[in-house]
Amino acid sequence: MSRASNTQIGRRQFLVAGAGVSGSLVLGLPFAVSLAAEPSAAQTSQQRTLGFFIEIDRTGLVTIGSNQPEIGQGVRTALPMLVAEELDIEWQNVRVTQMPLGIVKTADGFTWKYGGQGVGGSTGLTSNWEFMRQVGAQARAQLMLAAAQRWNVPVAQCGTRPGYVVHQGGQRELSYAELVGSAALLQLPEQSAPLKAATDYRIIGKPRHSIDNRDVVTGKAVYGIDSTIPGVHYAAIARSPILNGRVKSFDDKQVLKMPGVVQVLRIEGPKPGEWYRILADGVAVVANSTWAALQARDALRIEWSESPNASDSSEAFWQENRRMLKGKGQVVLDDGDVDAALSNAETHVVHQYQVPFVSHAPLEPQNCIVHVKENSAHVIAPTQMPSGASRAVAAVTGIARENIFVEMTKVGGGFGRRLSNDYVAEAAMISKQSGLPIKLQWSREDDIRNDFYRPAGLHEMRAGLDAQGRVVAWSQRLASASKYFRRPNMPDEDLWKAELYIDDFPRRRIENVRMEYFHNRIGLPRGSWRAPAHTANAFVVQSFIDEIAHDTGQDPLQLRLELLGKAEPLEYSNHGGPTFNPGRLSKLLTFVAEKIDYGRARKKGSGVGLAAHFTFGGYAAHAIEVSVSQSGELQIERIVAAIDCGLAVNPQSVKAQLEGGTIDGISTALGLEITVKDGQVQQSNFHDYPLMRIEQVPARFEAHILPYDDMPTGVGEMGIPSAAPALTNAIFAASGQRIRTLPIKDQLKKARRA
Amino acid sequence: MISFRLNKVSVAFEAEPGTPLLWVLREHFDLKGTKFGCGIGQCGACTVHVNGGAQRSCVTQVAAVEGQNVTTIEGLAPADDSLHPVQQAWLSHDVPQCGYCQAGQIMAAADFLKRFPRPSDQDIDQHISNVCRCGTYVRIRKAIHHAAQLIASES
Repeated sequence: MSRASNTQIGRRQFLVAGAGVSGSLVLGLPFAVSLAAEPSAAQTSQQRTLGFFIEIDRTGLVTIGSNQPEIGQGVRTALPMLVAEELDIEWQNVRVTQMPLGIVKTADGFTWKYGGQGVGGSTGLTSNWEFMRQVGAQARAQLMLAAAQRWNVPVAQCGTRPGYVVHQGGQRELSYAELVGSAALLQLPEQSAPLKAATDYRIIGKPRHSIDNRDVVTGKAVYGIDSTIPGVHYAAIARSPILNGRVKSFDDKQVLKMPGVVQVLRIEGPKPGEWYRILADGVAVVANSTWAALQARDALRIEWSESPNASDSSEAFWQENRRMLKGKGQVVLDDGDVDAALSNAETHVVHQYQVPFVSHAPLEPQNCIVHVKENSAHVIAPTQMPSGASRAVAAVTGIARENIFVEMTKVGGGFGRRLSNDYVAEAAMISKQSGLPIKLQWSREDDIRNDFYRPAGLHEMRAGLDAQGRVVAWSQRLASASKYFRRPNMPDEDLWKAELYIDDFPRRRIENVRMEYFHNRIGLPRGSWRAPAHTANAFVVQSFIDEIAHDTGQDPLQLRLELLGKAEPLEYSNHGGPTFNPGRLSKLLTFVAEKIDYGRARKKGSGVGLAAHFTFGGYAAHAIEVSVSQSGELQIERIVAAIDCGLAVNPQSVKAQLEGGTIDGISTALGLEITVKDGQVQQSNFHDYPLMRIEQVPARFEAHILPYDDMPTGVGEMGIPSAAPALTNAIFAASGQRIRTLPIKDQLKKARRA
Repeated sequence: MISFRLNKVSVAFEAEPGTPLLWVLREHFDLKGTKFGCGIGQCGACTVHVNGGAQRSCVTQVAAVEGQNVTTIEGLAPADDSLHPVQQAWLSHDVPQCGYCQAGQIMAAADFLKRFPRPSDQDIDQHISNVCRCGTYVRIRKAIHHAAQLIASES
């Protein structure tokens, strides 16, 4: 276990966090106040603040600052749990407030004021695990020191019970509320405070409901779309419907006469090949209400110029993928001797799998408030990356980043879409040009047609088996449109890195493994979609193992367990490493198989499918039971999902993420696909981009947590990758029909009609 | 001038009669619990009650509620610091993740339970069509059943 080094990292972040004001955690306090003084009645809330994150009021209520964006993954509850645990307070006395972006300019560039801020790659909890516990522990140490001074006793004689500093086992005590005023004046101790042993946890590991939910169910929670600023004007943008198209000319005469319309502005998009500061070229309308802006935007008459992507189509894209796979690609992994092993193999299994482009479609359409003033800017954004928002506004306005104030709101879904701050840049462009405080609103159509889509690809899988049915050679050849398309300073030979994670299973479990990449081109912007390439690769690998088993007369569970092998840490250099322990997947697979009664014979038309995958440090497995009727009607009967995330800090939220991730995986596999024709995205809203609804989700749905050790992993993305292959493996078990192309859509019914 | 009752209070709105009720609620009356999700009545994030029945406010012109009773999530509970049984059940099951769709889900469920006081899973499947992008459906189903019990025990 690498706890010592992690603690050092935590300590360093903590000091950076405290470096805003004279190297201490004391924030804006008058120095004249005597350390021993009783808190005065006139104390402001700032004077009851310990560091940047903790404020204790007179009644003992503790407000904890959450430094990360809350996108539904539960950090606004889980991170304060870490602070509360070490601070030693009762959870019911905790309130949480959202902190803004905190960056500090130094001689070496910008550094974090409140620790690193931004959520992606399921790192929100793991990267703050040491840091937030230190925040709580340091504040507790300050409170104990304040009590020791008050009592004039050595601090070593002091301890705490929830909300109180106690002298020598309870002789006397003082509440945190009584102590905070003087504790706030103490310098941060040189040493980091000791952290609790896992066996002493009272809050970590206990299920806690989301701290915001009362506000959510009463409609009081404030998202980006609910925010406002004084003098706000509303904006909408008409973007080029054709990929990389540009405005040739536009006529705004009629639009300027429409009620509520204030201004019409040209918005310069990136040129073909340039990085996407924003997604498209267009024309913006500024109005006195969102509805007026959207109406006027639709009424604009715009002539668009020719685009180099005007003839792009999905059909041509897939054709090209098939053609490419006939040639030789870039070999990115070549363990052992795949050619020799294949030529010596007794049996070959070869199949192709197709994974489509998909859109993020967070339910809160993109929106952002920006007020660009002369030398400063105010930003209110639903974003996963507030520092990116700050950079975006600086880039389009020229305002120094230290003068850009970025507030984060609650976010109506992230899924990787709001790692990009293109909509922030757009709002800044409009505010700069108009001189007005602007609230930019996207429609759903804007969102579906303008996204950083999850890359699509065609995978050719080949395995060689020896006479005993052991897999001795494995090859994955992928032709795809890389996520790294149009990234600055990204050479073509590195594009594969976003799509193939070379250390993924079954590497190091099969001696001869090769991966080959072919970079296909299409004008669709691409980006990170929850569990990025794991979604495609888990579908492909977990489907293919199932096929190998069926094609060679083996049991799919047994073959999986044999391939996973014994429990041991394997080197893993991709995100989520440094190790991957296949034994943790075996344990989960065995568990879900038992829960769903895998061995039991099912009636005709019913079947069970299994899959397991390691994603960004966490482990998950699914067992799904389906029935397929004579006419090809698919019914998901039962889902058993299990996760091993090390220590589950908030089991309530871990299960929620596992449930939601599973449904996201299944929803996407069932019906979601973005296609292109004549250079245009063909989908536009939920009628043709049909997210799953409750009728498709079985009432029999279990989410289980299998604990492992006392270090947590993230949980936001682990529930997705194995869900789709478990479903399609179940469809095969039930019907004999193998789904090799996603989405499933009406493939089952079509096959019956054929 | 369009007059209607909004969360039990008489109000009037003067503007384009074709404006969707959603935007009137959000930007004119500052009731922002009702959310914009799709604008075409597909997702249900904008669900409100008109005369007690669930309606998608993004495709309801404000002129259509002239003289009607409109209830939003802010007015669903019987009193300011109390909760409707559906809201209570939603809290008990810790339903929301990002939470964006949940006001609409709750409004849809509250109306549904008036029509189906003891619903089966099939009833839920057939009559609850709101979209949740986070996939909280497992808990929504449990919370609807729980709310049905709470309502039954209240009356």
